Amino acid sequence: MEEKKVSLKIDRHEITVPEGTTVLEAARIIGINIPTLCHIDLKGTCIKNKPASCRICVVEIEGRRNLAPACATKCTEGMVVSTSTLRVMNARKIVAELILSDHPNDCLTCPKSSDCELQRLALRFNIREMPFNGGELSLRKREVTASIVRNMDKCIFCRRCESVCNDVQTVGALGAIRRGFNTTIAPAFDKMMVQSECTYCGQCVAVCPTGALTERDHTNRLLEDLSNPEKTVIVQTAPAVRAALGEEFGMPAGSLVTGKMVYALRELGFDYVFDTDFAADLTIMEEGTEILNRLSRYLDGDKSVRLPILTSCCPAWVNFFEHQFPDMLDIPSTARSPQQMFGSIAKTYWAEKMGIPRENLVVVSIMPCLAKKYECDRDEFKTGGNPDVDYSLSTRELARLIKRANIGFRLVPDSEFDNPLGASTGAGVIFGTSGGVMEAALRSVYEIYTGKKLEHVEFESVRGTEGVRRASIDLNGFELKVGIAHGLGNARRLLNEIREGKNEYHVIEIMACPGGCIGGGGQPMHHGNAEILQARTRALYAEDAAKPLRKSHENPFIQQLYEEYLGKPMSEKAHALLHTHYFNKSVN
Amino acid sequence: MKTLSIQDLERIRKSAQADLQIREESNKRTTEASCGLALGTPSLQVLVCGGTGCKASASHDIVDNLKKAIEENGIADKVEVITTGCFGFCEKGPIVKIIPDNTFYTQVEPKDAEEIVRQHIIGGKRIDRLLYTDPKTDKSISDSKHMDFYRKQMRIALRNCGFIDPENIDEYIARNGYFPLATCLTEKKPADVIDEIKKSGLRGRGGGGFPTGVKWELTAKQKADRKYVVCNADEGDPGAFMDRSIMEGDPHSVIEAMTICGYAIGASKGLVYIRAEYPLAIHRLKVAIEQSRAYGLLGKNILGSDFSFDIEIRYGAGAFVCGEETALIHSMEGKRGEPTLKPPFPAEQGYQGKPTNVNNVETLANIPIILDRGAAWFRTIGTEKSPGTKVFALAGKINNVGLIEVPMGTTLREVIYEIGGGIKGGKKFKAVQTGGPSGGCLTEKHLDTPIDFDNLLAAGSMMGSGGMIVMDEDDCMVSVARFYLDFTVEESCGKCTPCRIGNKRMLEILNKITEGKGTEEDLRTLKTLGQVIKDTALCGLGQTSPNPVLSTLDNFYDEYLAHVKKKVCPAKKCKALLTYAINPVNCIGCNACAKHCPADAIIGSTRKPHIIMPEKCIRCGMCVSRCKFNAIVIC
Amino acid sequence: MPDIKLACDIAEQVEAICDKHGNDPGELINILHEAQHLQGYLPEEMQRIIARKLDIPVSKVYGVVTFYTFFTMTPKGKHPISVCMGTACYVRGSEKLLDEFKRQLGIDVGETTPDGKFSLDCLRCVGACGLAPVVMIGEKVYGRLQAADIKKILEELE
Repeated sequence: MEEKKVSLKIDRHEITVPEGTTVLEAARIIGINIPTLCHIDLKGTCIKNKPASCRICVVEIEGRRNLAPACATKCTEGMVVSTSTLRVMNARKIVAELILSDHPNDCLTCPKSSDCELQRLALRFNIREMPFNGGELSLRKREVTASIVRNMDKCIFCRRCESVCNDVQTVGALGAIRRGFNTTIAPAFDKMMVQSECTYCGQCVAVCPTGALTERDHTNRLLEDLSNPEKTVIVQTAPAVRAALGEEFGMPAGSLVTGKMVYALRELGFDYVFDTDFAADLTIMEEGTEILNRLSRYLDGDKSVRLPILTSCCPAWVNFFEHQFPDMLDIPSTARSPQQMFGSIAKTYWAEKMGIPRENLVVVSIMPCLAKKYECDRDEFKTGGNPDVDYSLSTRELARLIKRANIGFRLVPDSEFDNPLGASTGAGVIFGTSGGVMEAALRSVYEIYTGKKLEHVEFESVRGTEGVRRASIDLNGFELKVGIAHGLGNARRLLNEIREGKNEYHVIEIMACPGGCIGGGGQPMHHGNAEILQARTRALYAEDAAKPLRKSHENPFIQQLYEEYLGKPMSEKAHALLHTHYFNKSVN
Repeated sequence: MKTLSIQDLERIRKSAQADLQIREESNKRTTEASCGLALGTPSLQVLVCGGTGCKASASHDIVDNLKKAIEENGIADKVEVITTGCFGFCEKGPIVKIIPDNTFYTQVEPKDAEEIVRQHIIGGKRIDRLLYTDPKTDKSISDSKHMDFYRKQMRIALRNCGFIDPENIDEYIARNGYFPLATCLTEKKPADVIDEIKKSGLRGRGGGGFPTGVKWELTAKQKADRKYVVCNADEGDPGAFMDRSIMEGDPHSVIEAMTICGYAIGASKGLVYIRAEYPLAIHRLKVAIEQSRAYGLLGKNILGSDFSFDIEIRYGAGAFVCGEETALIHSMEGKRGEPTLKPPFPAEQGYQGKPTNVNNVETLANIPIILDRGAAWFRTIGTEKSPGTKVFALAGKINNVGLIEVPMGTTLREVIYEIGGGIKGGKKFKAVQTGGPSGGCLTEKHLDTPIDFDNLLAAGSMMGSGGMIVMDEDDCMVSVARFYLDFTVEESCGKCTPCRIGNKRMLEILNKITEGKGTEEDLRTLKTLGQVIKDTALCGLGQTSPNPVLSTLDNFYDEYLAHVKKKVCPAKKCKALLTYAINPVNCIGCNACAKHCPADAIIGSTRKPHIIMPEKCIRCGMCVSRCKFNAIVIC
Repeated sequence: MPDIKLACDIAEQVEAICDKHGNDPGELINILHEAQHLQGYLPEEMQRIIARKLDIPVSKVYGVVTFYTFFTMTPKGKHPISVCMGTACYVRGSEKLLDEFKRQLGIDVGETTPDGKFSLDCLRCVGACGLAPVVMIGEKVYGRLQAADIKKILEELE
């Protein structure tokens, strides 16, 4: 069917666009950047928020009595739009001033300062006074959770977080409450997030335009530990961090900064710099073996085996099914996440090897994720109250530390991870993007199951950005059916199918964040630009391609770990250190 | 459940018309002679207003007492007591009307019932003290037709209110009810029905005045597996109660109109979104829906045609914004009643994403009679661009508070001074507020403006749903603007910035002004802010919310100026701007004021003139009420 | 406010109301009306039951409850007082009535007296504008009320 087109005039430009294009989109095509605030449309994901409610993007349309929001007004044939008349500019400015009149304006001490969309508008609109300030401030709450800090007096009620939490993630922890001036976004009964079904996925933080939702900051805690001579402080870095960290230093999205990052971490004073990718390879050993076990028992007709098996690397996803699907706790793999496998091995195998007492060893992780902070705090990952991973910092926090420590990130040389916990294969690297865990697992499962060497390691069929993807892999005549879902809403769809007995998969990978970890809640802000996420994904695949080893089971240090310490995958020791169990956390 | 045929409907009409005849005839009668059983009147009917206003004054007890007295006198076979909908003259309620002599008793109390039965119904002698007294001539008037309040009215939407028993479908049928529907189903194509409504020029009575026929056509044009007809009965405008009165007094007209609309646009389901605060209207509507279903006038294959239609009730829950049609639809879907951007219009994507036609109660009440009497007839009433009548809830500082219906084009002066009987207590007229929180205040200079959609808009107000509040010289226009804005701030859904924060800031400025802390700069800010809110708010309600402020700024700028420059409230309403003082000439030094002053602000020795210390005075007014010598002056 | 556990029979009645409406999220407002009717308010536990039955996040239910003024999470007094703040009543002095009620009862709008006897609210137009100013106490409408009448009315209701 031929696409219908409409022609219109925007300012001095004539333009023809497909029917259904908004005025905002049409204007962008011709380089007119109409300011927005509540609007977000992260193409290629389901992250969208178009309430047309902030009224920052208003434009004048000939023949209409009132100004119209460009974000939600569709172009029509013959429309005449003016985007920057005095009337429009004054209206926008006054609307922004109104928002500022119910905002603390403490930019100097705000964690979002210089990365805040409201601050940018104030600058752009040349706001030099606050004519409406001095009035009442709306009724808001503050909260500090293990992962997320809510400072709702900075909320401008754009409702991006509400859209993400409900429409994308289907968690429903946050929603609009009350009405009028005191409307705000809050968990049910205006209680705390910790009392809600929040998964700490952090997507609300990832879309928040202001400082209302930010991460729990551990930078000071880390600086204290680093300066404590009695502590050995080691760090692990998740795969997605290296593909995004450069953005914080003005480097183009997709710049791979692995070497610089390792260098900077050493400069900060870490005693050892390790890689979560190592633990990702370890995860494949455990999870892959579990897959093969369950699969072969299933194929042998064991009725007690439930399929599909679901990956369990993503802590927000774990929180999600503990809250929302307590009846299905036996389906996900029992393998701990790479972060926790790392911590567990570091504080046993490696600590013993190095002769460092557990209480003197501090394991820190750098994660693209906020749920990881909460995961560190889970009681089942502690020995005598001492956590396997002491705490986790987001990519953004690491960037702040690097800046604070005067490290000229763009200029520093590359450095290598330490061994043994810093060595990884390409399979470990792609954990950071949606489909990566599945691809890594397939590389090993294929070789172990078929006994044949896998020549072409790239499983293109599991890559991509679609919310739910499916693929079949031929394992010596057995057709292994796999599914990949990213975004918890997509996960819910698959889980509902499984619950209804309509499942067609053997293995499913689930990541809570759209795009996988590269789009995590701890990453540099994407401000609605989908190209940034795509560039990060490409960077991870590039790093994988450049690695000499690309299958987890080929990692020599992993092999050594099993030989020296764990025995075999799924051994008793492996079970104790690398596997976990799940809890019913339903709140309703 | 049986399905009526048109012949059945005819039969019901005929038999019910016989019952109604006595009322119809007395309506036309002009004689003033009273009737009674003793005078040979064969039978009488007593109509008692059962509207919310009169019920609040125990009109149901009047009904009980009347029935009891009739029973005791053994005349139950000759006298019938009928509870009707609102007569409109709420100021004088409860109303009891005697048929056939048309005696219109006002402010009846339950204890009067016995006397009405004995003296009037049996004895044939009117009870003079219950008659209405014309304030102009001081003479009592027994027939409402001769009262100023009714003389200028033309009751079309209210045609059955106060005339029929709303809980008796037969009485509605007797007045040709459901025949327009029957005609549509048997003789007209949907397009013809829409055409007729378009030709009538009927415009939406809910506020905006959008042509109803065009709206229907827009919904009819949509292709969809399901469509909906929605009746907006979420009358939230403070001081407006016309929709409630129609639902209480003539619920079948709404049901019939919705069914006709369903036929015209191709919908088989109707929803009434009604305020939960209207228990009586809900009850009457439920009864009416049941009765229509029992007659097969709702349900499958109506009147034997292949058209099926049914109606469900959805309740509002106290949110003014739900009068906005997109908000209303979200509320019906079980969500927060927040408006969404139009387009898409409900006609394209409404309830559950399906094409939905939303009309308000009064609009719908006009539909059956337009189809009955024809578009041409309708166009003879009212003005060219606003044909027909409009119902107003007349309230405030006016002698005759009540529900009135006048042809469009009637002037404000006629409404206020003739129908309304002028300003209460002989005070001076100051302003009339129309359109509720979306409207504005009109002044003396607008009094001769013929009322219609366009004229009111041009004058800086709007028709709104039909609230009309009259204000006198004692009303401070800054306070009135503040009152409306306070309402808007409380009722704002909070979705868009201009309404959520902008109105709040305007309210704060108005509070400042009424507290004597305002500046001229504040007045400019009010104007700028008001204009930006009008220009940028998301929904119709937000866009009109600054109107009360902007219109009073336009029409009463001097009064604002007095507040900010001289720090004086000319109407003596703004507490903070008042000064209490004692006139030494009148003060005899009785001490009564000082004794009762809660702030100990009055000093003075006995039998000597007292003094109020302004710095201590809290302006509570206690001294004024205690002084027997008129010695306290407020300035 | 502490979480109050609902009596078993109330919980069952709430579930029955949801079932009657087909557990349809679109019926939420009708369900809330009926549920509130059970005890005069909508405690947290009741909202959780409704959320579970309709399979929607409880934050949605709470969002709706707090949007509409008709719904309340605090038990009303034995005699709920509502002062009409419609325009007609306002211009005929309802604000004075409200102030007097506040003064006499020692509570603000939206509050209940400690003995649970009275609660005070405002409402917008009961449509008895002819009787302005109007106050509703329970189901009874008091018309043409003066501040001076209030003391007596409250005493009568004791």
